[in-house]
Amino acid sequence: MYPTDAHIVGIYEHPVRKAEGISLAQLHADVAKGAVEDAGLSLSDIDGYFCGADAPGIGAMTMAQYMGLDLRYTDSTETGGSSYIGHVHHAALAIAAGKCDVALITCADNQVASKKFIGLGGVDFRGAPEQPFEDGYYLGPAALYGMVAQRHMHEFGTTSEQLAWVKVAASHHAQHNPNAMLRDVVTVEDVVSSPFVASPLRRLDCCVMSDGGGAIILARPEIAKSLKRPAVRLRGAGEAVKHNAGGNVDLSYSAGRDSGRAAFAEAGVKPADIRYASLYDSFTITVIMQLEDLGFCEKGEGGKFVSDGNLISGTGKLAFNTDGGGLCNNHPGNRGGITKVLEAVRQLRGEAHPAVQVPDCALAVAHGTGGSLAGYHGSATAILERV
Amino acid sequence: MSEKAKPLPAAPEIWPEAEPYWNAAGEGKLAVMRCLSCEQHYVHPRPFCPHCGSDKTEWRDAAGTGTIYTFTVTARAPVFQVPAMVKLAEGPIMMTAIVDCDPESLAIGQDVAVAFQPTDGGAPLPVFKPA
Repeated sequence: MYPTDAHIVGIYEHPVRKAEGISLAQLHADVAKGAVEDAGLSLSDIDGYFCGADAPGIGAMTMAQYMGLDLRYTDSTETGGSSYIGHVHHAALAIAAGKCDVALITCADNQVASKKFIGLGGVDFRGAPEQPFEDGYYLGPAALYGMVAQRHMHEFGTTSEQLAWVKVAASHHAQHNPNAMLRDVVTVEDVVSSPFVASPLRRLDCCVMSDGGGAIILARPEIAKSLKRPAVRLRGAGEAVKHNAGGNVDLSYSAGRDSGRAAFAEAGVKPADIRYASLYDSFTITVIMQLEDLGFCEKGEGGKFVSDGNLISGTGKLAFNTDGGGLCNNHPGNRGGITKVLEAVRQLRGEAHPAVQVPDCALAVAHGTGGSLAGYHGSATAILERV
Repeated sequence: MSEKAKPLPAAPEIWPEAEPYWNAAGEGKLAVMRCLSCEQHYVHPRPFCPHCGSDKTEWRDAAGTGTIYTFTVTARAPVFQVPAMVKLAEGPIMMTAIVDCDPESLAIGQDVAVAFQPTDGGAPLPVFKPA
């Protein structure tokens, strides 16, 4: 069943949010060990390894040595926070092609505890040709996403209250997650009265900054069948990169339009079939943009879609980020892609918190936007199915 | 500049291919590149056209006028309070900042004109102010 007949057999999320007294390499090793234990495997079973460019050292090699992995396939594709959703795609392709049998994906960071903030998401931008023309204006992430939100309001009439509903829904879910950084339920009024960070985005429109990380194990279906955990199959995936196109800029959509289209086509399903969505939530505008681009609503209707609690599990039209997401739970290394996959897998296993578990959840999407929504970014979409 | 209390921005790193852009900025001009094959202007500077790949390109003096495509007013701005994207009269949209303005009065679509922000020992940065 080319191309995506690979199963997610193990997951782990590090509970730490400020990683004092532990190195970056050990954090990667800890999440790896957590995921292989969840799967009922050991590190010696791993023959494919996937990580981002923010992993310690050079590509996948440094961590391969530290963890003692015997690898025949590696991939350190870097698309910022969405990298790990892309890695699920790449791991499934490698498994389907017979290039590896058991693939490990890790994400970890300790920037908060170490106070060593490096570029965007821990990547060295040395030599990036756009830097004097973009970063020279000191455009931080909030400003880059604020400009997208401003444009969305201008083109489609999106309101601050609509943005706020995204945060409200995330907070409703986070109250049930003992590891979440922000567990207090907030109201629309709380969000729209919080101070501006980069207009129209306010403090509560922004995700948390945290340490921690997570890991994912994928395996051939025959191996998955021999393991104890409920398996989740990657049914379809897509990736895309969007950039400033020489100045022909259109901020009304993200690369998710193309990655989503490819993933849904490969999976042979429609957005209406999806019961749970993990959506990248660096900022509230990111979620609204992605809902539109993935086809959960028409372009420009995202603000209306999220209003009145429609992203809250149990009462809304579409349950999203039931772990509290980046807005409330965690955002290790400013890279939320890994946790998007983890919560989707929990939902498909029926192992989300009972208060937020979607009943009989059989089909879910995990989607990420890495980089800058106003500049270049990479989107990755994975459609996951309970086996 | 309205941001007198703020530090000067760092001097831009000048790639060899972009030297004419920064030289022009030093003379108070905004330079933009244009493709002689597909006849589109483009940003950022590079010796080939990102639209069609042609090597037949030229530098032009831009009119220095445009409209605000989008902007944001930042609370903790290290240098610029109002990062923005401006659509140049020639077509391309560039990242920049709006200066000498009342941030509360800015609007998408508003006419702006180029100005030049001194940097810390380097070429000035093209910025825009309300026209």
